[in-house]
Amino acid sequence: MGMTITEKILAKSAGKESVAPGDLINANVDIMMCHDVTTPPAISMLAEKGIDGVFDPDRVVVTPDHFQPAKDIKSAQLLKRLDTWAKRNKIKNYYPVGRAGVCHALLPEQGHIRPGEVIIGGDSHTCTYGAFGAFSTGVGSTDLAAALATGELWFKVPESMKFVLNGSLPTGVYSKDIIIAIITRIGTDGALYRAMEFVGSTIEEMSMEARMTITNMAIEAGGKSGIIAFDDTTKEYLDGRLKNDAAYDVFTSDADANYHSVEEFDIASLEPMVALPHLPSNGVTIGDCAGEVMDQAYIGSCTNGRIEDLRIAAEFMKGKKVAIRTIVVPATPAIWKQANDEGLLDIFYEADCVVSAPTCGACLGGFMGILADNEKCVSTTNRNFVGRMGHPTSGVYLASPATAAASAIEGKLVDPRKYM
Amino acid sequence: MPIAHVYKRDHVNTDEIIPARYLNTDDAAELALHCMEDLDSKFMDKASAGDVIVCGDDFGCGSSREHAVWAIQGAKLGAVIAQSFARIFYRNCINCGFYPIELPNALELINDGDEIEIDYANGVINNKTQGKEISFKPLPDFALEIINDGGLLNHIAKKV
Repeated sequence: MGMTITEKILAKSAGKESVAPGDLINANVDIMMCHDVTTPPAISMLAEKGIDGVFDPDRVVVTPDHFQPAKDIKSAQLLKRLDTWAKRNKIKNYYPVGRAGVCHALLPEQGHIRPGEVIIGGDSHTCTYGAFGAFSTGVGSTDLAAALATGELWFKVPESMKFVLNGSLPTGVYSKDIIIAIITRIGTDGALYRAMEFVGSTIEEMSMEARMTITNMAIEAGGKSGIIAFDDTTKEYLDGRLKNDAAYDVFTSDADANYHSVEEFDIASLEPMVALPHLPSNGVTIGDCAGEVMDQAYIGSCTNGRIEDLRIAAEFMKGKKVAIRTIVVPATPAIWKQANDEGLLDIFYEADCVVSAPTCGACLGGFMGILADNEKCVSTTNRNFVGRMGHPTSGVYLASPATAAASAIEGKLVDPRKYM
Repeated sequence: MPIAHVYKRDHVNTDEIIPARYLNTDDAAELALHCMEDLDSKFMDKASAGDVIVCGDDFGCGSSREHAVWAIQGAKLGAVIAQSFARIFYRNCINCGFYPIELPNALELINDGDEIEIDYANGVINNKTQGKEISFKPLPDFALEIINDGGLLNHIAKKV
């Protein structure tokens, strides 16, 4: 029996010839991602056990992002605990405030994500890194602490689901629309415990940025991980960027690999999608929700805060004014600078948007764009649970940067194709 | 006697269990003040130590924040019984030494306010109000070992 790409990576990480779904393995963890919310508790747990050092500091990447720059005194304490620990352990891959960015945009951009490796992070959207042909999954603070101390972690090898995406993306439709359509079809627990493997001509035509939007939201279908095989696009992105430039392993799924199920999507006929409150699986086509009045637009996050997303949004806003509060959050300092160099920040300024420093900010209801009671926000983020961006009676409408930008201009949900 | 607080809901998520606006602390007692706040703002007024939350499918979906488990532990709740659990929350429970009880038809077998007693060793929920004994599938041995050791870090420390 052949193996999937996920099974091959996990077998390698456990030093085994082969693994099968359901096997319990102890995996060697190549990269551990640490941020300001879940890592300080992990540090405290280890300290209680008399452990301060980490197994291998070079495998650890640290960036504050959720509440950075500190939004209040308590967050400042968290950032301080993270900062003190990172410095004391001489973690060279530490991105303090000023170089810090939204983790899932920052780590790939700074060359920490390598194909064929096992990556964990104290954040559910760690599945993003699967776009590079890696096994990557989110964990809680205790798992993170265990991996920091030992360099390994136990996993149950997941079954894989294959998502075959064929056809070119139509005008006005983006990778965000695809992943909302997928989650809407299978539900928020449709891939529970499983690896979501994305293949097909649509994927092959996509940039790494667009691919990351898809793997980022695997967790919104309950997935343990999302994965896309390495190809020329991956290679081009990684060449000259990797911090560790030793040869990496490239795995592909065998033709006779076993899948839990296969889901096919005809992308050429896909429409722009919006996930209505309060589940990411509440997707409808823009035609079914256009006209809904919004109070705020939010363009940013680990899902859609990359340069490509800002370019798309700016294209819509050029020469126009927004009708509602619009908050643009470049996900990393390098993206912020690139947007500035390309004149995108000028466009946002002229359109009356707020441009913030890189942060997770309001995506999770932290700060920098919190919603009041009954307010509605069209957002390029990944989650729209009750109270996600603020007051429990507020509502979040998940959409692509194009739909969010077009909607910002009119103050209501709008089909972006109207402006194309 | 501990009672069941039943929410006939699927996908009760980590934002409802502990909203992100409270994640600027990792103190369990402080988190407990806001346990389940965005699902039911009166929950902590109603719940007493030892009480049990009962929900539908996919309990704990969303964020990897272990704060969700700490809030529940901080509130001194006895158990969470769900028809199914989201993956990271389930794993976090085990890692924190908190037994997640999976019961596929929980919403049919337990009503809001039922008095509940749980026998973990034998995998039995005693619904005293309805006079019913309900079996649940015990956790696999490796997970039980972690729980019996008081969580993953204690488990690892014991092995080293």
